[in-house]
Amino acid sequence: MRFQGRAWKFGDNIDTDVIIPARYLNTTDPAELAAHCMEDADPSFARAVKPGDIIVAGANFGCGSSREHAPLAIKTAGVACVVARSFARIFYRNAFNIGLPILECPEAVDGIAAGDEVLVDAAAGLITNLNTGATFQAQPVPPFMQEIIAAGGLINYVKRRVGGGASYGDD
Amino acid sequence: MGMTITEKILAAHAGRDVVRPGELISARIDIALGNDITAPLAIKEFEKIGVPVFDPERVVLVPDHFTPNKDIKAAEQAKLVREFAKKYALPYYYEIGRMGIEHCLLPEQGLVVPGDVVIGADSHTCTYGALGAFATGIGSTDLAAAMALGETWFKVPPSMKFIYQGELRPWVGGKDLILYTIGQIGVEGARYCAMEFTGPVISRLDMDGRFTMANMAVEAGAKNGIIPPDEITEAYVRGRARRPYRFYASDPDAAYAAVFTFDVSGLEPQVAFPYSPANVRPVSEARDVRIDQAVIGSCTNGRLADLRLAARVLAGRKVHPDVRLIVIPGTQEIYRQALAEGLIAIFIEAGAAVSTPTCGPCLGGHMGILAAGERAVATTNRNFVGRMGHPASEVYLANPAVAAASAVAGRIAHPEEVI
Repeated sequence: MRFQGRAWKFGDNIDTDVIIPARYLNTTDPAELAAHCMEDADPSFARAVKPGDIIVAGANFGCGSSREHAPLAIKTAGVACVVARSFARIFYRNAFNIGLPILECPEAVDGIAAGDEVLVDAAAGLITNLNTGATFQAQPVPPFMQEIIAAGGLINYVKRRVGGGASYGDD
Repeated sequence: MGMTITEKILAAHAGRDVVRPGELISARIDIALGNDITAPLAIKEFEKIGVPVFDPERVVLVPDHFTPNKDIKAAEQAKLVREFAKKYALPYYYEIGRMGIEHCLLPEQGLVVPGDVVIGADSHTCTYGALGAFATGIGSTDLAAAMALGETWFKVPPSMKFIYQGELRPWVGGKDLILYTIGQIGVEGARYCAMEFTGPVISRLDMDGRFTMANMAVEAGAKNGIIPPDEITEAYVRGRARRPYRFYASDPDAAYAAVFTFDVSGLEPQVAFPYSPANVRPVSEARDVRIDQAVIGSCTNGRLADLRLAARVLAGRKVHPDVRLIVIPGTQEIYRQALAEGLIAIFIEAGAAVSTPTCGPCLGGHMGILAAGERAVATTNRNFVGRMGHPASEVYLANPAVAAASAVAGRIAHPEEVI
C-alpha cells in the first residue's frame, strides 16, 4: 500500500461534524457524502482534492460523533491516507473497518507543510516528504488491525469467522 | 493487583478472570444499538455477511435523529430501518409516538442494566455508564459485525478516576460537573480511557445527573464513563430492568492511569463557549452573551429532573421577545410525566415551543436550526462549528436552569438573576 499525493493540512480536534456536517447525513451514498467532505473546515476541499491526496492533521482527528460517514466521505473524496498526531477512538476503528488507511505520526505532522508532495508506505509505516526528503516512521499498526486490513475490511473478516467459528484475535 | 469496575465488567463478558489495560479481548454484547443515521449503513454491511441477527431481543433500533422524518431522504433512511426491524422481528424497535431519544429511552425502558456491555452506533452510548454498565460508541460496520456475532473486540482501556468532594451550590448539577471536568482535562484528556466518576458528590447525585455526566465522557475522548452503582441505581433499575443485573465495584487496590480530586463546593454553573466543550467558563463570565435561541433537551439533559429545573426558572415568567425557546422531552414517558406535573403548561405559558422527542437541533438536523451569526444556549453536548446549523452560528453549552434563565433574560444568565 503505497500512496503519493499532495498534503492537506488541518489542525487539532478536527471533529466529525466538520468532516461531514449532520445536515448531509440523510443519505449513505458515498459520492454525496464526499461532495461535502471537510465542508465546515475548508469549503473548497471537496472540489480541489485530487485522488491520492493525503490529509495531515493534528491531535484527536475525528473526535465527536460515531458517524462512519466521516471516514467514508474522506475515502470516497479520493484521499489515500490520513496522517495525524493522534486519532479519536471511534474514528480509528471506523477507518480500519471501511479500509481508509490512517497513520499516527506526530513527527510527520510537524515535518510536512500544506501542498508538500508526500509518499506513504502504509504497510511499513514510512512517510516521506518528497519536497524536503525527510522520512518519518509512524506508530506501528496493531497486529489485529493488520489482520482486518489483510482480510479486506471487518465485514470480510466476520464472514470468514462466521464460516470458521474462530474468535477475534484467535486467527 | 485489583481491577476497576470497567475491567471487571469486560473480564466477565470475555469469559476471563482478569483483564488488564491494553489487552485485546473479545467480549459478549448484551445490547447493540443503532439509530436512523447509523443503522442504515450498518444494515447495508450486515446483509453482506449473510447470517440472521444473533438475538432479536438484543438488537435495539431507535429512529430518533431526523424523526419525525424531516425530509424525503430521511424518510427513506427511516423506512430502511423499519423494514429491517420487521424482517428480523426485533421487539425493541421504537416508532415516533412510542419512542424517545435513544439514551433517555433505553435506561427508562430497562433495556440496559447494571453490569452490561453495551455498544451503540452513536457516540453518546457511553451514557449507560451511569448505571454501572460498560457502554461505548462504535461505528456502523462494528454494529453490523456485532449484530451478526453477538460479540465485538475491545482494547481494555486504562481507567482514570475522578473524585468530587464538597457540597454543590444551588443550580449546580451533573452538567456543571462534567463541563468543569472537560474544561480541566481537555477534549482529549481521557482519550481511549475509562472515566470513573466517584466521591461524595456523585453518591448524592440523582440518576438523571449521573446520566448527564456519563453522557459527556466522550467529549473528553473517553471510551466510556462509569459510575459505581449504589442504592440510587438500585432504586432506578428496580421495576424497570428486563434482565437480571449485577453491581460491580472497583477493588480498593485497582490501578488508575490518573486520579483527579476536585473540591466543587464553590463551583458556579458552567458554560462551554464555542467551539469546544472544553472551552468552559463560569456563568458569571458569560453574562454579556446575547442569545437568539435556547434549547432544553437532548440525550444529555432531556430527562424529567432537567425539565423540572427549567420549569422552576420559567414558572410565571416569559421568554425574552428576541429568543426562541425550544423544549424537547427526552421520551414519551418523560413528556407524559411532565404533562402530569404541569411542567409543559409552564413552558407553553412562558412562550416556549414544546417538541415531540427528537435529537433534532442538537446535531443541526431539524427543529431549530441556526442562521449565520445566530447564537444559542443549549443543554446539549457539542458546540462544534456548524453543530446546530450554519457554520457561522454559535452554541453555548449549559445546564437546563441556566438555559431557561437565559431564555428569559435574552442573554446567558444565572438562574438567580431572573428568579
